[in-house]
Amino acid sequence: MGGKILLEKINIPGIETFDIYRKSGGYSAVEKALKTMTPAEVVEEVRKSGLRGRGGAGFPTGMKWGFIDRKSEKPHYLICNADESEPGTFKDRYLMEHLPHLLIEGMICSAFALEAKTAYIYIRGEFKYLIGILNKALSEAYANGFLGKNILGTSYCLDIYVHPGAGAYICGEETALIESLEGKRGNPRLKPPFPAFFGLYSCPTVVNNVETLAAVTSILNMGGDFYSKLGNGKSTGTKLISACGNINKPGVYEIEMGITVEDFIYSEKYCGGIKGGKNLKAVVPGGSSVPVLPAQLILKTASGQPRLMTYESLAEGGFETGTMLGSGGFIVYDEDQCMVRNTMSFARFYHHESCGQCSPCREGTGWQERLLYRIEHGLGRAKDIDLLADISKHIEGNTICPLGDAAAWPVSSAIRHFRNEFEFHIEHPEIVKNISHGNIDKYRK
Amino acid sequence: MLRLTIDNITVEVEEGTTILNAARKIGGKIVPPAMCYYSKLKGSGGKCRTCLVKIANTSEMDPRPIPKLVPSCSTLVQNGMVVENTISEQVLKERKAITEFLLINHPLDCPVCDQAGECDLQNLSYEHGLEETRYEEERREFAPIDIGEKIKLHMNRCILCYRCVYTAEQIINERVHGVLYRGDKAEISTFVENFVENDFSGNIIDVCPVGALTDRTFRFKSRVWFTNPMDAHRNCEKCSGKVALWMFGDDVYRVTGRKDKYNEVEEFICNECRFEKKKTSDWIIEGPRKINRTSVISQNHYEKLTKQSIINPTEGKTEQQE
Repeated sequence: MGGKILLEKINIPGIETFDIYRKSGGYSAVEKALKTMTPAEVVEEVRKSGLRGRGGAGFPTGMKWGFIDRKSEKPHYLICNADESEPGTFKDRYLMEHLPHLLIEGMICSAFALEAKTAYIYIRGEFKYLIGILNKALSEAYANGFLGKNILGTSYCLDIYVHPGAGAYICGEETALIESLEGKRGNPRLKPPFPAFFGLYSCPTVVNNVETLAAVTSILNMGGDFYSKLGNGKSTGTKLISACGNINKPGVYEIEMGITVEDFIYSEKYCGGIKGGKNLKAVVPGGSSVPVLPAQLILKTASGQPRLMTYESLAEGGFETGTMLGSGGFIVYDEDQCMVRNTMSFARFYHHESCGQCSPCREGTGWQERLLYRIEHGLGRAKDIDLLADISKHIEGNTICPLGDAAAWPVSSAIRHFRNEFEFHIEHPEIVKNISHGNIDKYRK
Repeated sequence: MLRLTIDNITVEVEEGTTILNAARKIGGKIVPPAMCYYSKLKGSGGKCRTCLVKIANTSEMDPRPIPKLVPSCSTLVQNGMVVENTISEQVLKERKAITEFLLINHPLDCPVCDQAGECDLQNLSYEHGLEETRYEEERREFAPIDIGEKIKLHMNRCILCYRCVYTAEQIINERVHGVLYRGDKAEISTFVENFVENDFSGNIIDVCPVGALTDRTFRFKSRVWFTNPMDAHRNCEKCSGKVALWMFGDDVYRVTGRKDKYNEVEEFICNECRFEKKKTSDWIIEGPRKINRTSVISQNHYEKLTKQSIINPTEGKTEQQE
């Protein structure tokens, strides 16, 4: 267990350059796919691997590719979603910074499978320094004949462009990303029609996460069947987890899915335990949008089984006692952290990032933040907790895109599991005021 | 033809019809409210979420419910679909919540708002709103601005339905206004204030479901329910010239498009008809417009719904007699 696949070569000096990457076996997946396989065979290989989207929703990639409208006479597009902006998630950044060619190789194979002649990397605007790294890697790939016209002497042509966003979290939602790429305001579209039929410039489009596309390289190299044997059950392969919070060794770790959460937090190989030997209080295992779980529920499921790092095990128990793997932004809280304050800062993020298109999210996220701000600063009232739970319940599921759900889940789960802390804030305003970190007068309205 | 059941009433509609339009075909109480959808504007809808309905049965082929509520204005009918609107507790509960969301940042300045009496948001909150607000925080505030000589924008009242943006895109040749910023700080903006030059810009007043865009030539002149709506027409080179005149005695106080029972104009009219022709002699008056007896516009003659019309929602309530 614990074999690295994506990050296998990360420690080779100069791996970000084409020459070293090629020498250490890079671009063999492109050669294999373009020279020996048909697009349908590549799709079949990915389907067999059981690879699930690494951006957060965990949708099977092979199935997503299967939806694409191949009868359409319009061109197909592949978009790499590098708009990684979820608080707590920083795995794609690491991958692109150190292994840009792994992403490009995965994109060439995936674009070939989808018969796309043009692909885009939609990168978060804040990742300015990565744009240069990616463009340099792309120009190296062009110079060596892996991009452009007639790649490796075959009839297949592909161009990849890097397109920076302007710093909006909502543009990580695939239809908002497409709108933004078209040069419009980044508002999510109504679905259906899905991008597989009606995506970029009204053409069939597939949007995949950086890590998903990088994993395609490994799948083609080792074969879909072999990849599907890694991991646990329907959670196949390896996953990058970006661990942060009160742990001894924060960073990006590649895990084979199926290790226990306890192992991940406490083993020296991964997080190395809680900082200062304190007790574990709570974990947000998949980026800020997934429900927070208290220590006893994250280590063991409600039925007493050890919880594993898989899509299924983390979701066991529904939202009552479970959570989600999400995008793998693993945030650990020790016993001294205030969950109300944490929830407030998440709520502030979603309020700031709501696109304002549909009413529940536009109005509800702001309301959540204002209520949480009051509670955190000792101005809360007893009825506010139930009101807050009620607001998040009505945002959830009623919005166009999942941002509404993402804004509601951290709040509703914090109230579900840490209600006593909210009550403490309301019952002891004097104590809370004295330890509060912000100044109410400065609060922007 | 596709068969669809809404609130136990079955209707046949053509392929490509949305649930909302199918419900409008039935008419009456079961029609979901729509704040952002406008049948004359392509691409509108899906934003306000007041028209959410429950799908109890997706289609004949796939007899399963959809777990989330769907916006009826943008969901296409499938054969054998079973939709629950007013008979679903969940739908009514969520509609109530969405009405509350729409109102938390709304100034509720109906007493001084020109839209009062013909406001979709008033109608919605009358039916689905809470008696008192649970919102005690600060509301967002914008100063009212003039977009051109004839139109006033009160951003405070805006519910960001995007109807005016679609109008600008589709009716007006050049789109010069859109939405700036995001979230609850988003605001309607004229990028440069030259868009009033266009002959059809006044239509954004008619499409606005609330009092965010109002007619400056009618501003504070009267209340909607003190004026009599009359059908009238004139020979106009730019538009059909068919309008509704809002008369006070023999004076024309306001000119708008002719609105149907869903508050949508039948035809867009030009600015000349709307803003310049304010004399009775400019118009050939056809007669009074039919107004729903329950509407506040019907000359203060408030009349209660008969019991029968509540029990039997398919029959138009205007025809019911006590």
